[in-house]
Amino acid sequence: MKDFISIKFKVWRQISNDSNGSYEEFSLEKVSVKISLLEALDQLNEELISKDIRPITFDHDCREGICGSCGFLVNGQPHGPKKGTTTCQLYMRNFKDNALIILEPWRAKSFPIIQDLSVDRNALDKLIISGGYFSTETGNAPDANLIPISPKKAFSSFETATCIGCGACVAGCKNASSSLFVAAKLAHLGQLPQGINDKKERSKKMRKQMTIEGFGQCSNNLECEAVCPKEISADWISWMNKS
Amino acid sequence: MNNFINPNLPTGEVEGAWQKTVKHLSNLTSEKKNKFEIIIVGCGLSGSSAAATLAEEGFKIKLITYHDSPRRAHSVSAQGGINAARSLSGEKNKVVIDQLFKDTVLGGDFRAREVSCQRLSELSSSIIDQCVSQGVPFAREYDGTLATRRFGGAVVSRTFYARGQTGQQLLYGAYQALSRQVNLGNIELITKRDVLDLVIVNNIARGVIARNLINGNLETHKAHCVVLATGGYSNVYYLSTNSLKSNATAIWRAHKRGANFANPSFTQIHPTCIPPGGIYQSKLTLMSESLRNDGRIWLPKKIDSKDDPENIPEHERDYFLERQYPKYGNLVPRDVASRRAREICEKGFGIGFGGKGVYLDLQDSIKKDGLEVIKAKYGNLLEMYERIVGEDPTKVPMKIYPAPHYTMGGLWVDYNLMSNIDGLFVLGEANYSVHGANRLGANALLQCLCDGYFISPKTITSWLANNKEIDNRSIDEACKEALNYVDKKIKALLKIKGEKPVDYFHRALGEIMISKCGISRNRNDLKSALEEVEILSNNFYSNLKIPETNSGLNVELEKALRLEDFIELSILMIKDAIEREESCGAHFREEYQTKEGEAKRNDELFSHIAIWKFNSDNNSHIRFSEDLNFKKINLNTRNYK
Repeated sequence: MKDFISIKFKVWRQISNDSNGSYEEFSLEKVSVKISLLEALDQLNEELISKDIRPITFDHDCREGICGSCGFLVNGQPHGPKKGTTTCQLYMRNFKDNALIILEPWRAKSFPIIQDLSVDRNALDKLIISGGYFSTETGNAPDANLIPISPKKAFSSFETATCIGCGACVAGCKNASSSLFVAAKLAHLGQLPQGINDKKERSKKMRKQMTIEGFGQCSNNLECEAVCPKEISADWISWMNKS
Repeated sequence: MNNFINPNLPTGEVEGAWQKTVKHLSNLTSEKKNKFEIIIVGCGLSGSSAAATLAEEGFKIKLITYHDSPRRAHSVSAQGGINAARSLSGEKNKVVIDQLFKDTVLGGDFRAREVSCQRLSELSSSIIDQCVSQGVPFAREYDGTLATRRFGGAVVSRTFYARGQTGQQLLYGAYQALSRQVNLGNIELITKRDVLDLVIVNNIARGVIARNLINGNLETHKAHCVVLATGGYSNVYYLSTNSLKSNATAIWRAHKRGANFANPSFTQIHPTCIPPGGIYQSKLTLMSESLRNDGRIWLPKKIDSKDDPENIPEHERDYFLERQYPKYGNLVPRDVASRRAREICEKGFGIGFGGKGVYLDLQDSIKKDGLEVIKAKYGNLLEMYERIVGEDPTKVPMKIYPAPHYTMGGLWVDYNLMSNIDGLFVLGEANYSVHGANRLGANALLQCLCDGYFISPKTITSWLANNKEIDNRSIDEACKEALNYVDKKIKALLKIKGEKPVDYFHRALGEIMISKCGISRNRNDLKSALEEVEILSNNFYSNLKIPETNSGLNVELEKALRLEDFIELSILMIKDAIEREESCGAHFREEYQTKEGEAKRNDELFSHIAIWKFNSDNNSHIRFSEDLNFKKINLNTRNYK
């Protein structure tokens, strides 16, 4: 494999949600295969700045797959071709020399475009705000070992709690549904003994909020599971619907 | 203003001092709390936990962050775990509290206040209770009780964890608690704003100037007091383990407005990060040092070896940490591990890109415990490594190298976490408090949550209770002045119209800082670093290029504003490193070491917190100090041999 490759980018460009967008093409030479796709975009942006072209706007922060900031469609797929991987963890060694990489923002009614590849995912926060928590007061918690929790249950809860709120599940769904996001939160909290009492109420509130925020109905296509960078299972959606 | 500052330390016994202090703090009825507004800047562990707690008590909170959601704050990246002194039997409690206290003070090499370390240790257990009650899914033992593991620098197992994603789970706990308060109308969430200045009225912090990152507008936000919980400044080094947007702007602007800065040169280098692969590398990814529990660190005995590690026989490997520290082996403290790795690589034994790497090998643990056990312990870390490097760490030894990770230095705060500016509280990594010259592994999350859940809610309430008569007369004037100042600053940057983008200068700054004010320092290098940063600063102001964007959104401008402050802060870091003529913790001055190459403290001259005050009249700094006294623990030398 070559150490450096050339890439052709086709990128969605849009100044704001109110303006019209279009695709623009850029070629980038001498891209190290050891850097990430976002680092290749940094490299491209430096070139654009030197040519007095507005750099490409995209979200990112931790660049290690945990903050959930990054995310756009890479060749039509949320977070790109690699399973269980966020956009920032996509490395150029995964692309061939002279490859065409098409970058587009998440497309969903509930995620208005901010600029280029950056979208507003505030609707996901509103889902959590509607009820994604226990009603514990800070400062007066009981002894943490008072209620034993089996390692199996704790781990199962943990697995759903790993959702990073990136929105890929919504972007991957043809109905732009947030079912997997909500199911993951309900399963994280609902599997723990602390959450048993308000389990029903929480589910009711969060599911109602999904409609308010304009998310669609579950399409049953399991695309959400396929694109989830944390590989959260769509079985939790059935779990949510049953409980 | 004179240089006298009062740390407001409790008198008497170190043990239980916090509980006694709390009894004397003033309180307010929740009705009265309702009338006070508090600005909290930053939504990481300390900011979110403080926001949730203060809102719960009845205050009106404005939480300001540059993120789109509080769940994204850099605390989310913390992998390893959180320390807590807990024992199953009551009488053992004192023993475990003493142990964590002692390890924290020793880890910090006697450069933190003893009473604050004691408080951290005493409060630690209730933090675990708090988090569990929020639904944080910590790892469990087979009987259903909470599981713990050993962590770098510790001989006892007291680190609570959720696989390798402890920070994420703790942050989500706090985020959910604050979301509940947003729902109840007690917190106003103000996202996508960079805080660019502090508003001070009659020597009291009363507001901030923020830039809306979407439309570019400048805004003023007013309140009765201000809390900065904005994290650390490791991005001074350009390549660090921090998230890319982590910055020093809010604390640096507060500093320029009069808040004193403590020990700016105290920065921690993390021993186990993935080494860089090339020039466009934008950050370094940390591999939790919990891997040092099961990984053996080694290098080939042959200089400049190009052999594949699997083919290097046992007798040609140098397990240099085990060789030099038979008792602690691969678990020596972070600074020791980092320095030894750098030394041996500089001698030419290093591996990988630029010879800057050492092996961390899991083979022996896999042979002993089985692949499944190791995978269950570190699952996501191993996957992360494979994604970045393209090699399977269960088959090929991992390559690791030290990288800037955490800054112990920060704004000076008193025992109540208030800076020398009245009404300006500073929490978490942004302040200088318990970590001294080096932070103990798994104490960062602990400090953030101590500050946010338990300490600041009490001390902020008390301060507000005693400062009820808030004078609103000149607040608008002060806001206008600060707003104009920021506006001018932005216009000046946009006017430069040079040739080079922000990152060009940031990379250059990082190179100077890591080579001359990083793992190892000496007077000559520091002096030349000072000159180099000055030159860089001049270049920045004459040759910076920020693109025209025709909309308010301008990411390059955001970066330039941050870099401007990083450059100024770098100069102060270097000055602080020059003035501290001793080695302590992570601050290693080559002139001050023992024959064995260990850090040599000078307690006679430097058993103090260095405090830097900015003098705006002549744009200069003065250094003074707060002496540290140890009653419960004797000043002695660390020995990990």
